[in-house]
Amino acid sequence: MTIRGAAYVAGIYEHPRRDIPDRTLFEIHTEVALGALADAGLQMSDVDAVFCDGTAGFGPMSLVEHFGLRPTYFDSTETGGSSYLAHVGHAAAAIAAGKCSVALITLAGKPRTGRHEVSFASGSDSGFESGWGIAGAPHTYALAAQRHMYEFGTTSAQLAEIKVAASIHAQYNPNAYLPYAVTVEDVLNSPLVADPLHRLDCCVVTDGGGALIVVSPEVARSLGRTSAKILGHGEAIKHTSNGGIDLTYTGAVWSGPRAFAEAGVSVADIKYASIYDSFTITVLQTIEDLGFCEKGQGGKFVMDGGLVAPFGKLPFNTDGGGLCNNHPSNRGGITKVIEAVRQMRGEAHPSVQVPNCQISLAHGTGGSLGSKHGSVTLILGQEDA
Amino acid sequence: MLPAPAPAINSTTAEFWKATTEGRFILQRCNACDIVLWFPRRNCPKCWTEDVSTFDAQQTGTIYSFTVVRKGTGAFKDAGPFVIAYVELADGPRIMTNIVDCDIDALHVGMPVEMVFHDTGEGSALYRFRPASR
Repeated sequence: MTIRGAAYVAGIYEHPRRDIPDRTLFEIHTEVALGALADAGLQMSDVDAVFCDGTAGFGPMSLVEHFGLRPTYFDSTETGGSSYLAHVGHAAAAIAAGKCSVALITLAGKPRTGRHEVSFASGSDSGFESGWGIAGAPHTYALAAQRHMYEFGTTSAQLAEIKVAASIHAQYNPNAYLPYAVTVEDVLNSPLVADPLHRLDCCVVTDGGGALIVVSPEVARSLGRTSAKILGHGEAIKHTSNGGIDLTYTGAVWSGPRAFAEAGVSVADIKYASIYDSFTITVLQTIEDLGFCEKGQGGKFVMDGGLVAPFGKLPFNTDGGGLCNNHPSNRGGITKVIEAVRQMRGEAHPSVQVPNCQISLAHGTGGSLGSKHGSVTLILGQEDA
Repeated sequence: MLPAPAPAINSTTAEFWKATTEGRFILQRCNACDIVLWFPRRNCPKCWTEDVSTFDAQQTGTIYSFTVVRKGTGAFKDAGPFVIAYVELADGPRIMTNIVDCDIDALHVGMPVEMVFHDTGEGSALYRFRPASR
């Protein structure tokens, strides 16, 4: 069994705000859930499956109680920012198995105005990753960037091109946290956070959230809204491998081929890609690992507007991405799917809408390239794909 | 000196951390499949046997990757710029650590380094590295 064509993304919603001091975490979950349901033309009472990450209370129980639902299926897979792409794949599999027909996936978080704690080293690695002064994702992603530079000659200016491309797109998004274009020089002149990563190599920190509605083909056909067909899904966890970590690649080397095989398409078919962009290095390694270019050639690939929509080699993150638009709850996965669906529907901003965008890819990377992370690849198509 | 916050210690890692207070860095080896283990654990992550033994590892290696953190937080708030790295030990494993007593502008991937121990004052010492003396 595959999930190809077994389910559709019928509703999307991205919270428009980036600072939300006046609402609780659970209120934001409700707000984005209702937004995505309205987008799909569905009601909360239609939902029979709930998917959330590990930050929404006591597993899915707190959120289900808050919503007042009695779902027949639930899943709280927690792989950081890639969780929501995994949820889409898991929802599609559950729908294909007849377990549910309307799945609600929500993300909410308040890293700007509320309490926020994530522990990267809370398993058996505790004590071996915690004593070195790591105080955030930049420190470990920087280790990956440094090694990539050493092995392949990647430069800071090449990494900066990724931020520049995202910022060109962000100009057209009035909700973007950084809604203006920056130059390579701006990135290189921003303060070093953790060598070789500058402040502008990092994503924004925003409150907010988003939601997705994944439905069965029968439900999708009953709705007036254009849906995106789920063609393929692949997931993988890459970790330190018993002291054998290789910092030059990501779990996309495994999740990508699984998704492409299930979808029955190749990289040449991808017209648009939402690539997880916690940091510029995350994008660079991911596009190599997904096969858009050879390993080590990502730096060359992103130069000269390679990622700029609508006519670059690989138009990416046309909402401005996590680098400029939104990285709600320090997790960029749900907005990756949301913008891919906008592209499928032809509802991206006209200046960055990719013409004839039949097939797109969304990829999530949650956790750290510097130790362990979850990689999830989704391939989406227009309804007739 | 860089702050040395005490690590969490459990029944599996107690032997490892006790050794650090004696200036020793011990690694485990699986007696069944002969691989070196990192970090300490009860079962070999390749064949899952509990038949693992420990040995005193060489206290040398090379920098696999590093970053200079420009401003720390928590215990490292006032530390100034400091270095987080992966060091590839002479015995094989790549381990996360700090590089200390160094010119941060002279650091490079592949640089030979040697281990030093920083006492946490709580029954453990952090294993860190400095540029090799020879």
